[in-house]
Amino acid sequence: MAKQYETVIGLEVHIELSTESKIFCGCPAKFGGEPNTHTCPVCTGMPGALPVLNRKVAEYALKLGLAANCEINRYCRFDRKNYFYPDNPQNYQISQLYLPICYNGYLEIETSKGKKKIRIHEMHMEEDAGKLIHDEWEDCSLVDYNRSGVPLVEIVSEPDMSTAEEVIMYLEKLRMLCRYLGISDCKLQEGSMRVDVNLSVCEAGCVGLGTRTEMKNLNSFKAITHAIEGERERQIELLESGKSIIQETRRWDDNKECSYAMRSKEDAKDYRYFPDPDIPPVRISEGWIGELKAQQPEFQKERSERFQRDYGLPEYDSNLITQSRHLSDIFEQTAKLCGSPKKTANWLMGEGMRFLKEKDMEPEELHFSSAHLAELIKEVERGKINQQNAKMVFGKILESDVEPAAYMKEHGLLAVTDDSVLRKAAAEVLAENVKAAEEYRGGKEKVLGFLVGQVMKKMRGKADPGKVREIIERLR
Amino acid sequence: MDMCAKKISDATMENVEILSKLALSSGEREKAKEEMGKILSYIEKLNELDTENVEPLVHIFEEDSCFREDAVTNGDGRADALKNAPKSKGGQYVVPKTV
Amino acid sequence: MQEIMKMSALELGGKIRSRELKIKEAVDAYLAHIRKTEPGVHAFISIDEECINSRIKEIETGIRDGVYSGSLAGVPVAVKDNICTKGLRTTCASRMLKNFVPAYDAEAVVRMERQGMIILGKTNMDEFAMGSTTETSVFETTVNPWKEGHVPGGSSGGSCAAVAAGEAPLALGSDTGGSIRQPAAYCGVCGLKPTYGRVSRYGLIAYASSLDQIGSIGKTVEDCAVLFEVIAGKDEKDATSTGRGIGRIKETLSGGFSGMKIGVPKEYLASGLEGEVRKGILDAVHFMEENGAETEFFSLGLTDYVIPAYYIIACAEASSNLERFDGIKYGYRSDTVSELHEMYKKSRQEGFGEEVKRRILLGSFVLSSGYYDAYYLKALKAKRLIKEEFNKAFKRYDCILAPASPTTAPKIGTSLSDPLKMYLSDIYTVAVNLSGLPAVSVPCAIDSRGLPIGMQFIGNCFQEKKILKAAAAYESLRGAFPAAWERRDCVGKAI
Repeated sequence: MAKQYETVIGLEVHIELSTESKIFCGCPAKFGGEPNTHTCPVCTGMPGALPVLNRKVAEYALKLGLAANCEINRYCRFDRKNYFYPDNPQNYQISQLYLPICYNGYLEIETSKGKKKIRIHEMHMEEDAGKLIHDEWEDCSLVDYNRSGVPLVEIVSEPDMSTAEEVIMYLEKLRMLCRYLGISDCKLQEGSMRVDVNLSVCEAGCVGLGTRTEMKNLNSFKAITHAIEGERERQIELLESGKSIIQETRRWDDNKECSYAMRSKEDAKDYRYFPDPDIPPVRISEGWIGELKAQQPEFQKERSERFQRDYGLPEYDSNLITQSRHLSDIFEQTAKLCGSPKKTANWLMGEGMRFLKEKDMEPEELHFSSAHLAELIKEVERGKINQQNAKMVFGKILESDVEPAAYMKEHGLLAVTDDSVLRKAAAEVLAENVKAAEEYRGGKEKVLGFLVGQVMKKMRGKADPGKVREIIERLR
Repeated sequence: MDMCAKKISDATMENVEILSKLALSSGEREKAKEEMGKILSYIEKLNELDTENVEPLVHIFEEDSCFREDAVTNGDGRADALKNAPKSKGGQYVVPKTV
Repeated sequence: MQEIMKMSALELGGKIRSRELKIKEAVDAYLAHIRKTEPGVHAFISIDEECINSRIKEIETGIRDGVYSGSLAGVPVAVKDNICTKGLRTTCASRMLKNFVPAYDAEAVVRMERQGMIILGKTNMDEFAMGSTTETSVFETTVNPWKEGHVPGGSSGGSCAAVAAGEAPLALGSDTGGSIRQPAAYCGVCGLKPTYGRVSRYGLIAYASSLDQIGSIGKTVEDCAVLFEVIAGKDEKDATSTGRGIGRIKETLSGGFSGMKIGVPKEYLASGLEGEVRKGILDAVHFMEENGAETEFFSLGLTDYVIPAYYIIACAEASSNLERFDGIKYGYRSDTVSELHEMYKKSRQEGFGEEVKRRILLGSFVLSSGYYDAYYLKALKAKRLIKEEFNKAFKRYDCILAPASPTTAPKIGTSLSDPLKMYLSDIYTVAVNLSGLPAVSVPCAIDSRGLPIGMQFIGNCFQEKKILKAAAAYESLRGAFPAAWERRDCVGKAI
């Protein structure tokens, strides 16, 4: 009988914080810019330059720690992690090892198998490294320190996960917390959320853990899922064939859909961590913690319950919409403006989600005015535009935030509401479709739909089908 | 002074050189091993001290936190950053290839 | 010209402010003297006369317009070459930084310039401030202005020699384990190492960040105190700098010893201290006792452990602080190899001198896996115990009096061959850095070879005022200490 294996997975997640300035200097933390234009003596490691901690970085780390049920180190400190690499201007990274800001937390996830707590070992603040690009012309590498010193929080979980599904749920939960807190946009593709997967397998029921590998360069949930499945199989195959697993770092290749061992650096991994003498310890007072607790936003669960209570949304809709803080903000504003919460939810979940899926976008990337959607919903209610055209207009709103009334007018999408015009068209249809008209008059209700369709066709869609139906009924 | 010099092995010295990113010549290495052995034997005098229940003292003023507020205060620092670079290209530092 | 050299920095500043003396006249006098004495002293690494001359014009206007009204406006100052000066190369006396021109000023320099002081030039030092003789410099060997063939001490040897040789009325140094106080003693000048955090370290090229502190060097205690007032204070760019008030120091210097209790650690007078130095210190103690100071010999604990703790901590931090010198962003780069890690190794191997490499290796070792607890952590624990010994002492004494060095200035070429012996000579100075304390070194005697003997007043944290007051009281009793440059027989043939 084939052996059963258990998979043990722990994650190290890096999140880039969305502060204005870098963690230790007043350079902009924003993404991009011409190479080395967002730099100063501090983030380029000039001799004599000194780091000074950005208060907001500690604040954001604390907010996340509190949201993830962590304990807070009232006295935390920065350490230097020493290693030579050109993306690291000081050749040490300022991080936290001995006294990280948060520890002992957990996130609760819900998978198809029910609820589960994933424990968080610790969370710490650190600085990001610069970027290295390869210069094909001269066979050398080029260094850009714009990203050097951008603030990061690293969240280290316990090895509490066993499937890709659990991993994705954990990451989604973490991302949702960050977005609700407004501390990071957590985009995997752009690197503002980076995930390293530590994975080992062992025979079912074994005591202790197997040898683990670490996987890097996972730029999407899909890559993470495939990498986990692939690595699990690779390790089981090795064990089955009597080979042992080497503790190593592997790099995921998204194109080839497989991982390979990273060439080990020439160094033994000995980072010689020690407390950074340049940065005084960070004292975190009860007062500060209290203040941050009071500022914690309404999170998904509370918001979903409130939407059900205050707007009468079904649980399913409410849960779906509140997965994104941004989307639920749009919902609430729109619902308030148009007074039709359920219709608002339908638009967002139907056309809205379809649009996101088509464009491979996240709800956070939606940029349109709630007032425009509210206006469109009201126009539909007033019969000013039919459903089909309204969908088209909403598409335009999603794409380029058009003002619906103006757009409808400009593109001749306003429904004809003049009864005499509609009556004339209906009469023509009845005259042109003698057979159907007779059947209808004879009491065959089924043909009504066909007749309405013919009128709509004649009107080139610019009529409210409900109204057309009424008119045909009256002509019977 | 009690000077029974500690022996530093080649492997230890080699490891320390790698960590320090220094490449000593074999002559220098022998000398460094001997000197380091002597110095370490001396500093091991600290072992006489009872430090049980003593907290390490990192920062002399342990109570003083210091923050800066989150504001962009620096402009474009590229020209200054690259002024002293031994080799640069297109506003970037040039290094031997890393991949 | 001689008249100008004889003035204290404050006297010079006073004459400039009252327009009895033109800045140009004063600075030219110093430059002329430098041209005469430098070939024998080698205190400076760089002097930029063009820059000095444009500064003179600006400050003359500034004084007239009331922009510069401080007591040191127009006064020239020499700056140790590990303190960054915008547009003026800052080398740390290392091949590694031989051509490094900072794009920024150290905060201490900014504050001096804001007071209208004139940077005269950059002074020689031990490479990256590692050493006690200024002999580890990659540049010329600085000679003690008191006696040819002797070192000025270190690592701020150039700054102290410059003041002693009359080449500058004031200088900035840095002190990580005695690097201001010991050369000040060897050169017969006054040197202040402030409380850790008093002076911003921004722009000071770090040796050991938790111990480094910039301080002032001058001919008199008062000059040191006034320059200290200029450079001290909270700096937003240095998180370890402190904003605690320093009070008005200059005004309180004239109070004498009244009500002051001075402790003298017996351990600091025990074996290892040269006889003539011991006698010089004891004479000074009796002299102060006779003149109203209450002095007492006492036992200061743990003095045997300060050197081990200091070298572990200092080297550990240095190994990390000096990682940034990799040949990529600035500094020396060996281009004979094309592989990245080979480039690092070769650049550092060729760019750093022997003593620097020795300390980097030792520092990497004590932090490396398996040794961290036994060495580094142990040293941090010892540091706490050492600090507690001083806390106890300061419950009983206003300040502590100690020698600044076990000997007077040794001969050039006799110290570097035995590193451990050289480290042991820091025995009286390093505890002050480990405990973050302020201390001021003042000359108290001249030995039979004609070399000055110095002693230091050590105070509790933030009590610069007390130690400066004690040092000033002693100084006024002692009377003016001879100037090396006026004693032709002591200055060496080249002068």
